[in-house]
Amino acid sequence: MIELRFGTCLGALDLDVDVTLPSRGVSAIFGRSGAGKSSLINAVAGIVRPSRGRIAVGDRVFFDADAGIDLAIEARGVGYVFQDARLFPHLSVSGNLRYGLKRARGPRPVDWESVIDVLGLAHLLDRRPHHLSGGERQRVALGRALLRQPDLLLMDEPLASLDAPRKAEVLPYIERLAQEFALPVLYVSHSIEEVTRLADHLVIVSEGRTVASGELADIMSRPEHSPLIGRYEAGSVLDCTVLQHNDDYALTTLRFTDGQLRVPRIDLEPGCAVRVRIRARDVALALSRPMDVSIVNKLPGRVIGITPREGPYADVAVDLGSSSLRALVTRESCDRLGLQPGTAVWVMVKSVALDSRSVGFNRRPRPDAAQAPPAAD
Amino acid sequence: MSDIELDALLLSLRVGLASTALCLPFALGVAWLLSRTRLPGRALLDGIVHAPLVLPPVVIGYLLLISLGTRAPLGAWLKSTFGIQLIFTTEGVVVAAAVMAFPLMVRAIRLSLDGVDRGLELAARTLGASRIDVLCTITLPMMLPGILSGAMMAFAASLGEFGATITFASNIEGETRTLPLAIYTATQTPDGDAIALRLVGLSMALAVAAIILSEWLNRRTQRWLGRP
Repeated sequence: MIELRFGTCLGALDLDVDVTLPSRGVSAIFGRSGAGKSSLINAVAGIVRPSRGRIAVGDRVFFDADAGIDLAIEARGVGYVFQDARLFPHLSVSGNLRYGLKRARGPRPVDWESVIDVLGLAHLLDRRPHHLSGGERQRVALGRALLRQPDLLLMDEPLASLDAPRKAEVLPYIERLAQEFALPVLYVSHSIEEVTRLADHLVIVSEGRTVASGELADIMSRPEHSPLIGRYEAGSVLDCTVLQHNDDYALTTLRFTDGQLRVPRIDLEPGCAVRVRIRARDVALALSRPMDVSIVNKLPGRVIGITPREGPYADVAVDLGSSSLRALVTRESCDRLGLQPGTAVWVMVKSVALDSRSVGFNRRPRPDAAQAPPAAD
Repeated sequence: MSDIELDALLLSLRVGLASTALCLPFALGVAWLLSRTRLPGRALLDGIVHAPLVLPPVVIGYLLLISLGTRAPLGAWLKSTFGIQLIFTTEGVVVAAAVMAFPLMVRAIRLSLDGVDRGLELAARTLGASRIDVLCTITLPMMLPGILSGAMMAFAASLGEFGATITFASNIEGETRTLPLAIYTATQTPDGDAIALRLVGLSMALAVAAIILSEWLNRRTQRWLGRP
């Protein structure tokens, strides 16, 4: 387990952190800019010193105000990927990658070849950082942090300084490395899109405080967190598997526990696991099975709860059996349809609303992760 | 080139190199104190270091004379303990030149230290490097252009030092008579104009060579650090 229970005052920001994170998988630290996300992971790295509390990763205590423990940055064994890459300009790519590797103590589970391979760095090794594109620079920074043989990987908005095409270039690498190298990752981001694609665990930070922490799908499905995620981005997350492709129409059918979803074609083999984020505003509701509509994604369910929002909106949670979906509709529609907890409804999701930005690729089935031997903590 | 010119040239080069080497460790230390610490007496230290830039060189030479002369306590101690006598010796010329060149070197090094990205140093620490390791492998290499240009400036300033040298170390042929002192001596000698002019030419050639070398080094190291 990763125990983060600390506080400190940083200028106008009062940081108050109290979360326990799983020691495997990606934990996203999500919040608006200025919420204290970076300060949080800087405290884990040892760059910011809290005034009270305790930081421990597994059985290693990084900081304990009461016991007077404050490990030096270099002794914490964390890898840190900064927003601005921070490659050493006087060293080649290879020199940058070796910098941490040379200083790593103990066993070296992350080997050179697999990092070069996973991050596609072979053709860059002799180049200097100023001859790299932004995306390449960030990939080298990722490799450098991994080769340092960390027990924990910290990433501070590694995609924020990149333009959209570069983001799309680097994101799959991050998705892969989280799986290839069994490392816990703390991933700071203000983009719910990145968070849904990468994270297993979600921590929401608001005004310096950790206000929510839990499994991604669970936190995302709770309407009380919508204001923090943003009305237009809030929604649900479904874990699906690729069932089949329809090449004539360039569509892919996904299967999940409570039915099927048709989405624009994604290039993955049938059987691959994917994660789909369905924004609440892309979901419509009907009382009877809609027949003459263009929408093919129609799922029967039952209303669990209705949360009125500011203005005309209402957030409706619908139980589909073993999963749930959220719909953002108007309060007027709720009343017109007479929706209340228990009402049987049909949920409709437009296929075109589920573009590649909503679908996380490269996800493997989770069950084997659950059966893996417990990490040394 | 006659013996007088050759002697003066070689002595000047020796003094320049020795003075630069003497300045370097202290300049690095002082630049560090001024740039990276919140030392209480920082402003005072800054003032003392920069004094040779604003005081007449003769004043510096005289201050050196009364503090390091053989009869001054510090000078007497140096002589009795290490057998080092500074007045009337080449060592004295080196000390005078070093004191005069010191602020120039500190300025250049401090500027380069201020410009080192602290983010890179933190990144190195997260990669397992200790503070001293970061200093050697990140900070100093990043400061290299500043260190080199500071060294070149100190070298050039040492070659041209006159006032403090003649006051403190005197004007002794083969011992303390560097190029500027030799020029001065020649101008004071009847029929010395030819010698003076040749020495002036030599000084100018030396200065131009130093500037060209400095520019070339600077461009190379900047490019090495990926700066345009």
